[in-house]
Amino acid sequence: MLGWELPPHNSGGLGTACYQMCKALSKKNLDIEFILPYQADHGIDFMEITAAKPQGVASVLRSGIAYDSYKYTLEDGTEQWLTIHDQQELYEHAVASLVVDKEFDIVHAHDWLTFRAAMRVKMMKNCPIILHVHSLESDRAGGQRGNPLVHEIEETAFMMADRIIAISHHVKKTIIHDYDIPADKIEVVHNSIEPSDIQPLDGDNVYRYLESMQAIGYRVVVNVGRLTVQKGLPNLLRAARAVIDHNPKTLFLIVGSGEQYYELIDLAADLGIGQNVLFTDFQRGKNLRDAFAIGDLFVMPSVSEPFGLTPLEAVSYGTASLVSKQSGVSEVLQNCLKVDYWDINEMANQITAVMQNDPLRDELLLNARVEYERMSWDGASDKIVDLYNQHTAGATI
Amino acid sequence: MNKAIVLYLHVHQPYRIRHYTVFDSGVNHDYFDAKFEDQTSNERILKKVAEKSYIPTNEHLLKLLQANSEFKLSLSITGTVIEQLQKWAPEALQSFQALTATGQVEIVAETYHHSLAFFYSMPEFEMQVDMHRRKVEEIFGQTPKVFRNTELSYNNDVALWAERAGYKGVLAEGWDKVLGWRSPNFVYRPAYTDNIKLLLKSYKLSDDIAFRFGDHDWVEWPLTADKFSHWISEDPNGTNYNLFMDYETFGEHQWSESGIFDFLNFLPTEWLKTKGHSFLTVSEACDNFEPVDELDIKDTITWADTERDLSAWLGNSMQTTAIRALYDLEDRIIGTNDLVLIDDWRRLQTSDHFYYMCTKWFNDGDIHAYFSPYDTPYEAYINFMNSFHDIKFRLSGHGVDV
Repeated sequence: MLGWELPPHNSGGLGTACYQMCKALSKKNLDIEFILPYQADHGIDFMEITAAKPQGVASVLRSGIAYDSYKYTLEDGTEQWLTIHDQQELYEHAVASLVVDKEFDIVHAHDWLTFRAAMRVKMMKNCPIILHVHSLESDRAGGQRGNPLVHEIEETAFMMADRIIAISHHVKKTIIHDYDIPADKIEVVHNSIEPSDIQPLDGDNVYRYLESMQAIGYRVVVNVGRLTVQKGLPNLLRAARAVIDHNPKTLFLIVGSGEQYYELIDLAADLGIGQNVLFTDFQRGKNLRDAFAIGDLFVMPSVSEPFGLTPLEAVSYGTASLVSKQSGVSEVLQNCLKVDYWDINEMANQITAVMQNDPLRDELLLNARVEYERMSWDGASDKIVDLYNQHTAGATI
Repeated sequence: MNKAIVLYLHVHQPYRIRHYTVFDSGVNHDYFDAKFEDQTSNERILKKVAEKSYIPTNEHLLKLLQANSEFKLSLSITGTVIEQLQKWAPEALQSFQALTATGQVEIVAETYHHSLAFFYSMPEFEMQVDMHRRKVEEIFGQTPKVFRNTELSYNNDVALWAERAGYKGVLAEGWDKVLGWRSPNFVYRPAYTDNIKLLLKSYKLSDDIAFRFGDHDWVEWPLTADKFSHWISEDPNGTNYNLFMDYETFGEHQWSESGIFDFLNFLPTEWLKTKGHSFLTVSEACDNFEPVDELDIKDTITWADTERDLSAWLGNSMQTTAIRALYDLEDRIIGTNDLVLIDDWRRLQTSDHFYYMCTKWFNDGDIHAYFSPYDTPYEAYINFMNSFHDIKFRLSGHGVDV
């Protein structure tokens, strides 16, 4: 298994998904070796974790997702700035030298940063490679083509791959359309969530002001995510303008940071709703959990979202959600409101409906919880094992 | 032995609410006027059903009735569908009139708006039953003598009301839980009544036609009129076999290609081959048979899904708050004397609106069990409540406090 991160050293959903998936796979009698680009303690005992360059990178400081740049502190204490492409090449070469003496049946690689390494291993060992697509360059670029170098690595790797796993039909469709890959080469295995791994709420909610406003009839809309073009926040703010016109007692809590931070604050002010929109910057831990919990409605207005775990986290903390139809999660969660990310009027209509009708909010949550409680990675891992078996020439794993 | 088939078909179309947003409330009052190409267009749906089901089925039925004076059936047809037929498919309405003109077809009484008013407002309920009676008299020239409540919802109170209103019979589901060891294929006397008779749907035989007919995996497939008649002939427990179903079974739920019309064509001759066999309308069945026992049904039953209760319409908080809010406006709405407003308010009472908000199948992930013009029950609720808010807006325009 070639991956870029695992919790607790993860920057986003990729690490969590890899962790949950491997944990579920390990229960199916598979021996997994997970090769990371850095060395760190993960407290994981269900698989072997190997650092691609154990002698090199000692710790990784990171600020965003795998797409951003990284600052590396080497073991001797010196800091070195490497572009993401340098990192990716280092990983490729390290993996290549690492696998010379290793024996394995299949290589399973996660996202573009590990795809060159996967291709190199295929060339060296002539083993099948399965590429798992959690996110695509065209998604990260908000529907644009994005970085051509990254796009090219993805495109080449998709052609070389024995099989591709997409985490949603949304991703599969994008691979077919933007990379011209035949549909039958791509299998959809939806991401999931392990309710037992969700950290419970504890103590009083930290958003005291919002609680006190709710007590006098206000309703709260929450968004959690990076403030970046992919996430579609400007549309949410424009919808917020219309919602507040109909229901002035509505507050919007925007949790996250990113390159659109100041732009969004400006936009809220320009729309004349500065008083109703609260920005918290990036939060984690209790502050993050409480943000999910304080909402009457969680909104994920993403322009393009390969999966989108946050609405499920919101459900786990007791908040119903509205998601864009351009998201993977909308394929698996039935009991939520769904809207096209560009349809600002409809977004406002649906948000207003929840603000004005508590039974709608309560019924959405009640039924979403039933769906949520049934979710697990077990079914997803069965599908993955099935794919492994198809590609290991009769040698059942 | 004397045995009768009592065939009763239910014809109904609601006024579906279009995609009606918060931006429409207080501005546009055209809740039921979706664009023709939209999923919720009443005109488009009505025209499609008329073409695919009403007109061809009536053609078959008329031929059968004309060819065989002993073939009889009963129809219930709601006010909301009659209105829509008048507007968009008058030839289909004429084909229904041609059926009743044979004298072999009886119309059953019900609420004009296919509403659940019985459970929320007796004055409103009685008004709607009266409106329906007048419409039926106007269109079909007959006065209904047997009553059915919306979705075949029934309890002791329904029977008591129907008896006092002068009906000779009332229809209900022949549900095992209320029947116990009894067979649905007899006439019963509702508890606490003196004269009225209760006809119960034989759901097994009815569902063989309505649901299983075209199912190739069903062990009895293919179902022929011969086989079906034989089953009833051989059954030792019954006098009247009440086949109650949606009219759209013919041509819509069961497509013409399934052979459903052939079945229908052969049923009268196959059944009537045996001496003592007959077809009866619902009131004839009440006249012909005496009750074999009394039935005490306290809790409301309906003909819907496995629960046979009202939970498909009133099972969640969205449904109950929406319907309660609607009936809470009753006195103020009626008080305006604004006939257009009153009519829109009544159209919102149609039970289908609440059915579309049902979530009980949705969270099983079984969205195929969900017959609705909306993608989700939440959308249905949002459209409904936005329309409701507009009704309140119009009410406030009359100077009424809302």
